[in-house]
Amino acid sequence: MELSEHIKTANVEDVTLRRPFHPALRGTLCVTSHHLLFSDRKDEASWQLLILLKNIDAIEKSIENLFGYPRAVGSSGTITIKCKDLLVLQLEIPGMEECLNIASSIEALSSLESMTEMYPFFYRPSHLTLHGPWGLSSTEQYYKQTERLWDRWRVSKVNSDYSVCPSYPSAVIVPREVDDDKLIRSARFRQGGRFPVLSYCHHRNGMVIMRSSQPLTGANKKRCKEDELLLQAVIDGSELGYIIDLRSAQQAQQARMTGGGFESKSCYSHWKRIHRHHERGKVVQESLTKLVEVCSDPSHSVDRWLSKLENSKWLSHVHSALSTAGLVVECVERDGHSVLVHGSEGTDNTLLVSSLAQLVLDPASRTVTGFLCLLEREWIQAGHPFQQRCAHSAYSHARLKQECPIFLLLLDCVWQVWRQFPLALEFSEALLLRLAQEVYASNYGTFLCNSEQERCAAGVKENTHCLFQSLLKPDIEEQYLNPLYEPTDLAIWPSVHPQSLQLWTGMFLRWTEYAQNMEEAREEVWSIVKEHRERAGPDRTNNTLSTHCDTLTPFENLMDELTIL
Amino acid sequence: MEHIITPKVEYVKLLNRYPEKKSVLGTLYLTATHLIYVEQTNNTRKETWVLHHHIMSVEKLPLTASGCPLLIRCKTFQLLHLLFQRERDCQDVYQSLLRLFQPVKEEELYAFLYNPHQNEEDRRQGWEFINVANDFSRMGLSNDYWEISHLNKNYEICSTYPSILGLPKNVSVATVTGSAKFRSRGRLPVLSYFHKDTKAAICRCSQPLSGLTSRCVEDEQMLQAISQANSNCPFIYVVDTRPKLNAMANRAAGKGYENEDNYSNIRFQFQGIENIHVMRNSLQKLLEVCSMKSPSMSDYLTGLENSGWLRHIKSVMDAGVFLAKAVCEERASVLVHCSDGWDRTAQVCSLSCILLDPYYRTIKGLMVLIEKEWISFGHKFSHRCGHLDTDPKEVSPVFTQFLECVWQLSEQFPCVFEFNERYLIEIHNQVYACQYGNFIGNCQKERLEMRLHEKTFSLWPHLLKNQHLYRNPLYRRSLECTVLRPSTLPLHFKFWCGMYNYYDRGMHPKQSVLDQLLSLTQKQVEGERTMTELQRVRGVVGVVDFVRVERYLTDMTLSPSHPFTAAGCCRWKRASQTLRFQITLLELNPPSSKSRGIHFLPNGISITLS
Repeated sequence: MELSEHIKTANVEDVTLRRPFHPALRGTLCVTSHHLLFSDRKDEASWQLLILLKNIDAIEKSIENLFGYPRAVGSSGTITIKCKDLLVLQLEIPGMEECLNIASSIEALSSLESMTEMYPFFYRPSHLTLHGPWGLSSTEQYYKQTERLWDRWRVSKVNSDYSVCPSYPSAVIVPREVDDDKLIRSARFRQGGRFPVLSYCHHRNGMVIMRSSQPLTGANKKRCKEDELLLQAVIDGSELGYIIDLRSAQQAQQARMTGGGFESKSCYSHWKRIHRHHERGKVVQESLTKLVEVCSDPSHSVDRWLSKLENSKWLSHVHSALSTAGLVVECVERDGHSVLVHGSEGTDNTLLVSSLAQLVLDPASRTVTGFLCLLEREWIQAGHPFQQRCAHSAYSHARLKQECPIFLLLLDCVWQVWRQFPLALEFSEALLLRLAQEVYASNYGTFLCNSEQERCAAGVKENTHCLFQSLLKPDIEEQYLNPLYEPTDLAIWPSVHPQSLQLWTGMFLRWTEYAQNMEEAREEVWSIVKEHRERAGPDRTNNTLSTHCDTLTPFENLMDELTIL
Repeated sequence: MEHIITPKVEYVKLLNRYPEKKSVLGTLYLTATHLIYVEQTNNTRKETWVLHHHIMSVEKLPLTASGCPLLIRCKTFQLLHLLFQRERDCQDVYQSLLRLFQPVKEEELYAFLYNPHQNEEDRRQGWEFINVANDFSRMGLSNDYWEISHLNKNYEICSTYPSILGLPKNVSVATVTGSAKFRSRGRLPVLSYFHKDTKAAICRCSQPLSGLTSRCVEDEQMLQAISQANSNCPFIYVVDTRPKLNAMANRAAGKGYENEDNYSNIRFQFQGIENIHVMRNSLQKLLEVCSMKSPSMSDYLTGLENSGWLRHIKSVMDAGVFLAKAVCEERASVLVHCSDGWDRTAQVCSLSCILLDPYYRTIKGLMVLIEKEWISFGHKFSHRCGHLDTDPKEVSPVFTQFLECVWQLSEQFPCVFEFNERYLIEIHNQVYACQYGNFIGNCQKERLEMRLHEKTFSLWPHLLKNQHLYRNPLYRRSLECTVLRPSTLPLHFKFWCGMYNYYDRGMHPKQSVLDQLLSLTQKQVEGERTMTELQRVRGVVGVVDFVRVERYLTDMTLSPSHPFTAAGCCRWKRASQTLRFQITLLELNPPSSKSRGIHFLPNGISITLS
């Protein structure tokens, strides 16, 4: 079925558009295969509104004059459009039939599942060419650039045809002394074949963060010699490593009944296991739904607001993610131990924790490029199933399948880190907001599919543009930069006291007046910094601002933040 | 000093709220004014100073194996958990502190000892620096509608009101005295704020003694006069800030609220702000949440909800917003009261002033506002802050709530306040510190009787001197003219970690945008002072007057043609720098040098005297 067959009415005149903080507009509404367009002028070159249909999470229609004839004069309908970026807008459409047609087109076209019909495959802006590099880096390049890995680690191509682990990239970094056969055997012992691979090697002490999925010990406590050897090779003679299991001890026990399990002390004698419970899947998705609902309901009292905020548990998830990331950092940086992180599948919370820990530990991941590389390595290449997780957002009435806003949770946590270390990140909140939008609906192919294998099969790299490349164009937009950025080598250890964590207003109150006030403040900061740079003159091209790094307490002093092992 | 049983105790532990962090042994000193804890490790010396007046309670906890614990809670929300090795020491410190932190007589307060190296002239000028009468002129009084009255100059009409009052023009003495008699404690309706653009006024008073049936012609005439002073609106709002139930209960006691039938053209409105006892308990619960040991997110949010604190903050804000809207949108005058008209009324009136008038959003403007609506209108600071060992039921965080409302506004509008969060916190600390005389006593009359202006110093010049610390670098003068229309949706009311967990530095952001921006803009500010700012600096000249500055420079054998003095006032930019230098010069105490050459002054400025 051609996309255009979904469109019964392509154009409607005299439509009224209502959205927050804009006066109502009258104009022409137009539905195309991928967009909803609105213009209040005759010449269609200037669109007042251009929404990717994929961005639409839910629509609600209400038809007036239900009892009249279908074409009754004066009948009209209202469509409320709720977007995945949390924008809500209303269209008043004259003519009941037109209204219903438009609604059904939106419903059909916003929930397309065929990969190659997605908009990124049609997006051809004049300023981008398809033959440029796609993505920022590969495993091989990362390895080449990271000299501290060369001694003890190697790149393995054992997964080059994605047969060992369908959700891993073709190349992974593993201990040098473990050969590919052992990897294959270890993969068989891990859910989805996600055997332990290197995620990060700490620049201070060479300790590493590994990640994997759960071992398939099952009820009979099966063992896998190769898996044990692989982990033994990771710590290479040092006395202890830590396994951070992102499930409660009880859940890990229960997992054995369904074939999963955990690394027992007797088999992995040099590894100490710590359990930290993290919610996942549906629970997190429902948290988002509840949070967005309570943020957009003005009728609450303060008490009700706080109780609903608590009830949504969103901030509890932020709290656990940052706490566990802090625990990983504590092991690696303070205690000098290597860490293996996993939950069940190793594609969600595992990535959340390992990437947050890297942001805290590694100054390189706090630049714009570094952060995007981190996302590419730890989320896109590492096989976070974006397509499944981000099919719907907070408003959808559709029956949820695999949706889960783990990536949004990551962005929220990064925002919390930024709020506590407002000088330490090179990028700004605007970049996080942009990513939060792109992950759900995008012109670019970056967040398509669930794994490298799928992207290869669909020809994503050949036929779509890369978001990260485009964000990193030399004239990167000022709004994505943090004007106050001052690199620091120290670990930026966020406080996880509940008092220190806040609702991410930039995201969840994005379409309110409040956001406009914050925008003013942001502009003011920029103008102060620019003025300062001008005064500092051309002789200080690198703009070393008077430093406040001394306010950064070394991590030892921040230890009181965390409950110790 | 006679209250100090033991001035020094060694081997005392200051327990950290995080059990993992090792606490070291230190020495505790008791002085006449402070408790000082000194922690000395190899090469670092850490001192913790706590002013006795900042202490809210001292509690001896049950003996443990590791020693005798003493828990000190402060009005600044600091929490000190000390561990003594000997029971005897603990008892001595406990006894001493009990006597020290709650003086019996006013004269024992710190302000009566404290001298910030100023002479009598400085002291006098410091007290005159903020003048409520000037604010009336700034509003345009006296004019065709309102005039300044001296009827209360001997505090005979109302003992807790200031000596000058703003009253509707031509209102008769009989009406004033009659209305005062019909109002609780004689607190008759008077002007709080006159809004020039709309001619609408905010007036304040206490509850009427209406009981179930009483009425008073003069009081009715008074409200009529207030109404007639504003030709833009045919009615006035009468806002009772209390919950309706409380107001009704008062009727039975011969007090109550206005009966709409007896007054012509009033629109009566309840606002539902709870009384001082509810607020005190709510803060108590909030502080319990603040001091929980490693709570989960749910514990914290539930605790925050159960404290009701943010609900109360919102109720104050809602009332303030109601007033501001009435004035600027309906152009209606408003009369506000609660029971006595010195707590909720002060909160609501001052908050609406901030919403309406950008002047009160400046560093000096906030001083004026506090002086006007709180100090001179008889907010009972001594009682509410528990300066002395008096009835604990009189203590209530009413003023703290006002500061918090301002902070909540600054969170919604980051660019409209000239000051930053530290200014609010500093004012809060000073209110309880009793280091300056401003917040001692319960009303103007009492302060006069205590001769505070002769015996203590004023806080405001001290704050102004340090105003560089309190500046908001994001302050945009261009936004000055706007009336603030804050959102009062619950989700905009946040927990103020910077205040209630001020001493838990680990909870705060580890890097400060404020410090960064302040350091970036420091030079700019010094270089380019505008004329208005200059005038504000001349405010300091009240402390450090111009003539004396010149004389001082002459004393230093500067030639009269020296650029500093010769610049005069014709070139403002130049003059502003001049002024700045002169002030800084005077701050050197004692005069550091009369010689020529380079001088390094405080604030990192150096000048060369040729």
